Amino acid sequence: MAKVLMKGNEAIALAAIKGGCDAFFGYPITPQNEIPEYLSKYMNEHGKVFVQAESEVAAINMVYGAAGAGARVMTSSSSPGIALKQEGITYIAGAKLPCVIVSVMRGGPGLGSIQPSQSDYNQATRGGGNGDYHVICFAPETIQETIDTMKEAFDIADYYRNPVMVLVDGLIGQMMESVDFDRPIKQRFLPPKDWAASGTKNHPGRNVINSLYLEPKDLEEHTLGLHKKYQSVIQNETRYEMINMEDPDYVIVAYGTMSRVARSAIEMLEKKKLKVGIIRPISLWPFPKQAFKEIGPNCKGILVSEMSLGQMLQDVQIANKGRLPIAFYGRVGGYVPEPEELYDAILNFKKWEVLD
Amino acid sequence: MPKGKLTFEYEKCKGCMLCVAFCPVKIMYADKGTLNRSGYNIIRLTDPDKCIGCATCALMCPDSVITVEVYN
Amino acid sequence: MEMKYQKTSGLTDNALSYCPGCTHGIIHKLVAESLTELGVLDRTVGIASVGCSVFSYQFFNVDMEQAAHGRACAAATGVKRIHPDNVVFTYQGDGDLASIGIAETIHAANRGENITVIFVNNAIYGMTGGQMAPTSLIGQKTTTSPFGRSVVQHGSPIKISEMFQHIEGVAYLERVSVFNPRQVRNAKKAIKKAFQYQLDKKGFTMIEILSSCPVNWGKTPIDALKWIEESMVPVFPLGVFKDAGESHE
Repeated sequence: MAKVLMKGNEAIALAAIKGGCDAFFGYPITPQNEIPEYLSKYMNEHGKVFVQAESEVAAINMVYGAAGAGARVMTSSSSPGIALKQEGITYIAGAKLPCVIVSVMRGGPGLGSIQPSQSDYNQATRGGGNGDYHVICFAPETIQETIDTMKEAFDIADYYRNPVMVLVDGLIGQMMESVDFDRPIKQRFLPPKDWAASGTKNHPGRNVINSLYLEPKDLEEHTLGLHKKYQSVIQNETRYEMINMEDPDYVIVAYGTMSRVARSAIEMLEKKKLKVGIIRPISLWPFPKQAFKEIGPNCKGILVSEMSLGQMLQDVQIANKGRLPIAFYGRVGGYVPEPEELYDAILNFKKWEVLD
Repeated sequence: MPKGKLTFEYEKCKGCMLCVAFCPVKIMYADKGTLNRSGYNIIRLTDPDKCIGCATCALMCPDSVITVEVYN
Repeated sequence: MEMKYQKTSGLTDNALSYCPGCTHGIIHKLVAESLTELGVLDRTVGIASVGCSVFSYQFFNVDMEQAAHGRACAAATGVKRIHPDNVVFTYQGDGDLASIGIAETIHAANRGENITVIFVNNAIYGMTGGQMAPTSLIGQKTTTSPFGRSVVQHGSPIKISEMFQHIEGVAYLERVSVFNPRQVRNAKKAIKKAFQYQLDKKGFTMIEILSSCPVNWGKTPIDALKWIEESMVPVFPLGVFKDAGESHE
């Protein structure tokens, strides 16, 4: 398919269809409304399932039901809506079900705002549900990367039988870029879903989708099984990009929209003879810790930049292990920092340094 | 000649006594001297010949303990 | 010799986890017998809720999903939309359906989801040890209404069937009980009819079943059945609340 100019949210919707989505369950919330709007037309036209639920809580439990029945299923929402879905998400992870969850971040806390934000990093990577589980979480920076991530997300969800979150912010959701929907994605061997609750006529024995294990030995065995799975996710699905990282003077760590701002900032700093690299996490969980071992010897410090008051900052501090000084520059309220702001932050590194 | 023949899966009985209460011919009782593995008295018939094969006992049993066959 | 009554193949061999005399056991038999007699066991997916009947996924001899507390109708919607030719039912108590899950239940009904809801109303939270439920009666003492439920503090018992009869998407709605053999036979008829309406794609069907909780009511199983008849039925009158008859398609 040739390049087309498309709005982020609609591109996410079309990408889901290209990814083989059988069913969508959602609920209106700005700034992601174009996703259900686009899908409400398309899914009906192609005999697929579209339901606007009565709440995000209902929507995520419809996802649970459909995923348990063997379907490729997704939901999308934004910050407060994702908060409502947390119990459903931990049930989906606990019952080893695949699904794709799109979160288009807006201002928080509470009703917050409808402008872009990255203040749901902890919500996305630490999980708001109960128990030892993880959501595999990717944060693309362009609409093209979002499309490719969406298409692959369904395969990753099926492969690991786990929820996968595609995390963008309102800016990526609302802006338009030229994109290509037919870029190839990694092929994975996906076994048939013989575990699905689709009726015993479809498979031997009786299938039960469940996350309840009252016997300690059963729950321990189950949870350790999940843990083992998560180790292989860390091994195989951790993704990051190293930009201009050949022995830099400073490193900026930023993802999504903020990594695009950082790209402009390092060009400006180049003119000041300052070589600044970028570590761009693409998978937020698993967090790319290994990237920090690859920082050259001349680096004087790491500047973490987020549209929040510092949440990924903690993961960077963990990965850094106290090796390099860390500074943080973030904007909240819906402001997207200008490249000049990061330019100044690097030049006045000490001013923004985070003291332990 | 009884009309019905009852078979009990005694180990599944929880001693709730619903069968005893609803048997229309009142021939069922809990044998105080015999317990199943869970410690419940097992149900016996005072006079099996009086069974009319209505299966009300089985109908009211929550745990499918009783099987009823009728002589045709 | 002819077989008159035997355990249905619609139930697994697992012993039921319910207390002695709890009528969950009877209701399980009626649901399982109905599905078996309609010949749909192999294309049924049941949704277990959270409460005493959470373990129903071990008892019904069909594919099952265990849904989060209150969300059974949402999960059922997900299953049914993916497999429209499957028979899908939820099995929910009054805490699950009439309290935390009332929104999901109302909206599944309002969408006319072609599912069958088995709503077991025993006017109490059983699994968690006897707390007041939305269907607890005025004056009923529970572990969270120790002085008896009072209208002023706790409101009145919620009338689910009366509420749902006005929802367009509902095709069949009946409140039944199991406090004596005649009621049990009638309840079976109602449950089987609800499943038949689902097979005929007539829309949302729900059977509310007044059921007992001997342990938390502090009564013998027999007295518990009497309490249903003498105390619950006056508050929750039995009968057919809606029979839409024609197809919903």
